[in-house]
Amino acid sequence: MLTLHCPNCGRDVDETDLHGGGEAHLKRFGPGSSDKEFEDYLFMRENPKGVHFERWHHSFGCGKWFLAARCTNTLEVFGTYPAQTLEPPKEIMDKISGARPGWSWGAFK
Amino acid sequence: MSTRLAREGRFTNKSKAVSFTFNGKNLRGVEGDTLASALLANDQMIVGRSFKYHRPRGVIASGAEEPNGLVNLGKGASFEPNARVTTTELFDGLSATSQNHFPSLEFDVGAINTHLSRFLPAGFYYKMFMFPRPFWKHVYEPFIRKSAGLGKAPKERDEHTYEHFNIHADVLVIGGGIAGLAAALAAGRSGARTVLMEQTAHWGGRAPVDGATVDDISADEWVKATVKTLEEMPNVTLRTRCMGAGVYDHGYVLGYERLTDHLTQKDGTKHRLWRVRAKQVVTATGAIERPLSFAANDLPGVVLASAARDYVVNFGVSLGDRTVVVTNNDDAYRTAITLKEAGLDVPVIVDARAHADGDLPAQARALGIRVETGKGIAKVKGSKRVTGVAICAQAGEGAVLEEISCDCVAMSGGWSPIVHLWSHCGGKLSWDPDQAMFRPDLDRPPTGADGQPYVMAAGVANGHLFTAEGIADGFMAGRAAAKAAGHDKKPGQPPAGEDTPENPLEPVWLMPQGASYALRSKAWLDFQNDVKVSDVQLAAQEGFESVEHAKRYTTLGMATDQGKISNINGLAILADQLGAEIPDVGTTTFRPPYTPISMASIAGPAQRELFQPVRKTPMSDWHTANGAFYEPVGQWRRPYAYLRGSETVHEAVNREVVNARTNIGLLDASTLGKLIVSGPDAGKFLDMMYTNMMSTLPVGKCRYGLMCTENGFLSDDGVVARIDEDSWLCHTTTGGAERIHGWMEDWLQCEWWDWKVYVANVTEQYAQVAVVGPHARKLLEKMGGMDVSKETLPFMQWANGTIGGFDTRVYRISFSGELSYEIAVPASQGRAFWDALLDAGEEFGIMPYGTEALHIMRAEKGFIMIGDETDGTIIPQDLNLQWALSKKKEDYLGKRAHSRSHMASADRWKLVGLETLDGSVLPDGAYAIADGVNANGQGNTQGRVTSTYHSPTLKKGIAMGIVHKGPDRMGEVLSFTNIGGEPIKARIVDPVFYDKEGEKQNV
Amino acid sequence: MSNAVSALDGRTSAGDVTVCEDGLRGMITLRGDLANTKLKAVCTGLTGVDFPAQGHANCVGQQGLAWMSPDEVLVMVHHDKVADALEKIAKALKGQHHLAVNVSDARAVMIVEGPYVRDVFAKLAPVDLHPDAFAPGTFLRSRLGQVAAAFWMRDAQSIEVICFRSVADYAFALLEAAAKGGRVGHFPEG
Repeated sequence: MLTLHCPNCGRDVDETDLHGGGEAHLKRFGPGSSDKEFEDYLFMRENPKGVHFERWHHSFGCGKWFLAARCTNTLEVFGTYPAQTLEPPKEIMDKISGARPGWSWGAFK
Repeated sequence: MSTRLAREGRFTNKSKAVSFTFNGKNLRGVEGDTLASALLANDQMIVGRSFKYHRPRGVIASGAEEPNGLVNLGKGASFEPNARVTTTELFDGLSATSQNHFPSLEFDVGAINTHLSRFLPAGFYYKMFMFPRPFWKHVYEPFIRKSAGLGKAPKERDEHTYEHFNIHADVLVIGGGIAGLAAALAAGRSGARTVLMEQTAHWGGRAPVDGATVDDISADEWVKATVKTLEEMPNVTLRTRCMGAGVYDHGYVLGYERLTDHLTQKDGTKHRLWRVRAKQVVTATGAIERPLSFAANDLPGVVLASAARDYVVNFGVSLGDRTVVVTNNDDAYRTAITLKEAGLDVPVIVDARAHADGDLPAQARALGIRVETGKGIAKVKGSKRVTGVAICAQAGEGAVLEEISCDCVAMSGGWSPIVHLWSHCGGKLSWDPDQAMFRPDLDRPPTGADGQPYVMAAGVANGHLFTAEGIADGFMAGRAAAKAAGHDKKPGQPPAGEDTPENPLEPVWLMPQGASYALRSKAWLDFQNDVKVSDVQLAAQEGFESVEHAKRYTTLGMATDQGKISNINGLAILADQLGAEIPDVGTTTFRPPYTPISMASIAGPAQRELFQPVRKTPMSDWHTANGAFYEPVGQWRRPYAYLRGSETVHEAVNREVVNARTNIGLLDASTLGKLIVSGPDAGKFLDMMYTNMMSTLPVGKCRYGLMCTENGFLSDDGVVARIDEDSWLCHTTTGGAERIHGWMEDWLQCEWWDWKVYVANVTEQYAQVAVVGPHARKLLEKMGGMDVSKETLPFMQWANGTIGGFDTRVYRISFSGELSYEIAVPASQGRAFWDALLDAGEEFGIMPYGTEALHIMRAEKGFIMIGDETDGTIIPQDLNLQWALSKKKEDYLGKRAHSRSHMASADRWKLVGLETLDGSVLPDGAYAIADGVNANGQGNTQGRVTSTYHSPTLKKGIAMGIVHKGPDRMGEVLSFTNIGGEPIKARIVDPVFYDKEGEKQNV
Repeated sequence: MSNAVSALDGRTSAGDVTVCEDGLRGMITLRGDLANTKLKAVCTGLTGVDFPAQGHANCVGQQGLAWMSPDEVLVMVHHDKVADALEKIAKALKGQHHLAVNVSDARAVMIVEGPYVRDVFAKLAPVDLHPDAFAPGTFLRSRLGQVAAAFWMRDAQSIEVICFRSVADYAFALLEAAAKGGRVGHFPEG
């Protein structure tokens, strides 16, 4: 049972008020993309034991999406941030590097 | 025999008698008793039979760790199985029955198993019941089911109420012994929002029983004073009868409060489940005494040494006149001293250690108690209860040196800190060889959301077994927890505790250490699940070397007590057999809850009418009052049909269809989703959401639209209306409103966040009524107001206006194929509008119809239904909906997927109509049979039925289905599976069965 | 119209903590740029209360403003004043991207009142209701049992709650049961 900070409404929220939305920072591929690109976009997901980036929906609250950087092993939360971004904010990346030197996730490290 | 002593117990009030029954026998206890102490006071030593061998078993503990004393409690709607007698407080009228015996507790047929125990070794079930295969179902399983299982399942619905309680705390202290009280005191004084939970009805834990002193007063007095201090602190909440059940991620803790279990009048909430979000958790949960493993240590009358003194001190009950104490430590001498001082006989203390020369042994000797060192118990004598012990050398193999008669044996193998709550969320343990116990490894604590520790063990639970260090540790833990939670007022000095010093114990895992097989196979480890020393040794020999494997193979620690007293002894035996060190073997995983909690407390208020929300439309009361036969649609409750008089549901449905097709029908369509999508980019956005073009829809018009997932699969459908230049109203399916609203928000917030679009879900703002049938227009014209003529309001258009004085929005859309108006009014006027329609429509033969009539009429028209024709694997092309896939648009959700090779293939199952040759109704979901078998030997299929009904309009069975290349095979006859009968033949036909040209809806 | 009725038609439940459906309430979902001064001005003008900060609601009687999300504010007015309010909003925000819709009838409003009102809500919602975290002015969106709800304190002993109309029956019964379940005695009482 996680508690995550919703950056949209500024509250620490119980997991039961949230809905997980899978991997964050997916790049959409539409018509014109190759089969490989489309397959990756639709089906291929990170499944790390460790640092992970996820989408969360504050469904029983402000109704907004946000992203979370979290360790799937210890459940440490490195930070949450707005969904309207293509990559995690620097301070969160720095925090992860401090806590998990040598980490990598997709294109991020 | 066990009996009530003349002296008063700490908890009891002998002047108040309490009557109760056990197995139908009327018995008397006193106020303050537990069921265990009351039974023992009545010399009811046997309380149950063991699980596997049905051996007679008595109470061996005084608290939550009790493995034997499980009873059925109460009757009827208050019935509860597997109640522990040691944690069940006595109340007037309590009724208990023992479990797991047939025909009676004293004489049990299953006890024959004990003589067959050679043939029932570890893994017996796995080995024995494998072959021959058919025997499993008909012989083995019924036999095992009859003889297995603890307690009975309740037969009646629970009459009580339960609730949850959500709180946030800075510091949650679990355990109300002196360490926990000290922790709460420190945390509270530091300014933290503090909650202290104690699972029993009493504060103070063991210290008052063991004669400790704190700050120069007795532990009892200190506890009373401290509780009073804490009660006066506004930032501290105290709870007794409230067990810290489980510690979970990010400081989430469940507390299980039993509010009325101890009362005769069980009014109000029975159990309350505290759902605590704590910044810091202090587990001051104490320790559990370990039994010693000697032959027949399971006989009624063999008890834990601490329990023997608990019953005397707390309840004024003696377990026997002559008690032999057997130990490997000094603490058990307290029992001997307590019993002796209570006027009871202690013929001998059998101490496995070579020397016993500490203060407590000295006190015992001074009382004239004989102490035998270097000795052990070879076996306990007696059949249904203890009659004596045979003493041997601990170092030997069990040669009997002396037999001593007694009626109680008090054993102590040392103490194990209760590390469960520390371990639930990942706290690690370390082995303390000096005290022969696992204790919390403070360097490897559970960590929380910030990566920092959030659980602290304190006091005895932290391995500090003695009062001085334990109470100080509790205080410091409370202070540190408050500080970690952001409160650092100075809490003052820790209390100073004191008790009699003790010499070290000597680990004893088997008694005597060289016990023969005969003795080992009667030396119990797990009392509830009947696991013996020999079973664990056999498991190790057979290769179950991992402690987790050995546990499952032997069932050690798998009973309702989860091995509280047996685990450490069991893994010590396993380690010995493997020639490994105990810490290398490790423990099994500690999982919540600490002791079983009621299922109802987990459900909380979600029972009876509150089991789940039922969504109701503004017309719901009318439906109920007028014969509605309901069906659930999502969380909505919709009338399936309205029954009149003695009609069957089928008759009602037929009547409703025929009436809508010939006169006029009314459908409560309020549940349909209604989403407003608005903004400069709304058209562009809807072109992405829908497969067809919505941006070009003229204001005032309606268009049917499809939505796909990115996988290309059909997700929802509905009619979209263009409201103004920037706004569209999108209808979704009944079950789809929240889902599609969320889907739109997801894309707007997470992908196209620079698009200027707002979405609002206005589903419940409107009551919507479909007025359907040839007389629909006549009715609306009679009610008056807006022009609803074909010319002004043609098919697939909408208009605002008044009808019969109501402000409405009217959509000329049809899901039935008839002339149809879907009319939205504000929900607050929905019922009045519905009533007005019924009133005015009487002369036209108006009748409401339900969802089944809706389904039949749409199927007669060949309209698909999301959830019937679709199942998450269907693409629009499968349903011949290519016309709704825009070729002009560069992109829409699902477009890329539709070009994947399998999706674009012509070789798919596609929608057709199906007509049985004999006019009967095809079974729903029936498969079209193809030649041959697949790789698994199952018959091949070439299609399946997706919707099937009796059509009252056509007076025959009609169906829709998807069939391999179906539309190319018109007229072909297929055979469909028919469970329990011959296959049914049906012909492939056009899916539009009725009014193919659509003339009726477009008038 | 005179035949308009609220979800529960003013149902009440007696007890130490009472539950009362508060009848029809005018409610407008307004989505837009909450930093926009025109938006703020029209909202405060319609309701006579200050524009609420994040996570807050300002309400007086039937009128008020509640912060729903970073781009949404709930405007509460008398039920018969909604059309008028929508017109004023449209006029004030003409030419600016926004969405204002009448959701009055999509909701039910209940007032729960009594000495242990915090206990009643703490039985149903996974939020911190301690006075340090939840006081008059605070606006919480969470759940009651299994349905979404928003609630705020009118004063130290009463909490006003909004839920969807279709589940008003469920929410009322849930609150009633929680109230009848009695005092827990954890929170300091107002």
